[in-house]
Amino acid sequence: MIEIAWDNFTPWSALAGGIIIGLSAAGFILLNGRIAGISGILGGLLVPQKRDVFWRIAFLAGMFVAPLLWMMTAELPPIEIKASYPVLVAAGLLVGIGTRYGSGCTSGHGVCGLSRLSARSLIATLTFMVAGFVTVYIIRHLITGA
Amino acid sequence: MKFNLASFGAGLLFGIGLLVSGMANPEKVLGFLDIAGQWDPSLAFVMGGAILVGLFAFTVAKQRTTSFLGFDMRLPASDRLDKRLVIGSLLFGAGWGLAGFCPGPGLVALGAGKSGALVFVVAMVAGMGLFEVIEKNRARN
Repeated sequence: MIEIAWDNFTPWSALAGGIIIGLSAAGFILLNGRIAGISGILGGLLVPQKRDVFWRIAFLAGMFVAPLLWMMTAELPPIEIKASYPVLVAAGLLVGIGTRYGSGCTSGHGVCGLSRLSARSLIATLTFMVAGFVTVYIIRHLITGA
Repeated sequence: MKFNLASFGAGLLFGIGLLVSGMANPEKVLGFLDIAGQWDPSLAFVMGGAILVGLFAFTVAKQRTTSFLGFDMRLPASDRLDKRLVIGSLLFGAGWGLAGFCPGPGLVALGAGKSGALVFVVAMVAGMGLFEVIEKNRARN
């Protein structure tokens, strides 16, 4: 049976943050006509095309600057990274190569793709969610035995 | 100029949304992925909130050929359900479950000055580079 972690569950801030993310994706498609898919925006920089570089850097810079602006006015919410450096390297490699073969990540497929009712994005999202569940299950319950 | 400015604004808003939602925190994401442990459903609410807004925006976007700033409306054309999509998503999901990072939160945590995020982002860019190298070699052969 599924046990809910009531102490950690933050439905309102999750919903509010989700709406802000949705507004970002909405603004981006309606103003610029592009999909707010982080892996695609970043990956496109590795094969730079003419007149297709600066907006990518601008978008990624916006994401990078967000916590810096936040810190000027308020304390940053917790960012706890418990994985070791070797695990982070393996995770990064898998996320990098996987999102490029799969043509998207949580933002491009999960948010934008599901919003435009794409079957391809639904398959991708279900696939990476299941892979994530299985991976965490193996690490937390089979290997660590917690 | 307008295009770049809107891109920066969208990226900034996206980053703030990730911070507000708690999803910039890998432990929070892993709490969602750990369905056999103490499960934190927050991530589902983030997706729900984002898709709620997105549904309206993409309904409007689909009916237009240009954006409101006058740029081409570029919606993905592919509807192929192929091996690449599934295998790529499997690899991504495995990496996501390993550390609790997907691309967006990785960049936000990097901006927050976390050394672990730097390691993750550098490896992620290397993984993307590996994809380009493999694809280039395949195209040549």
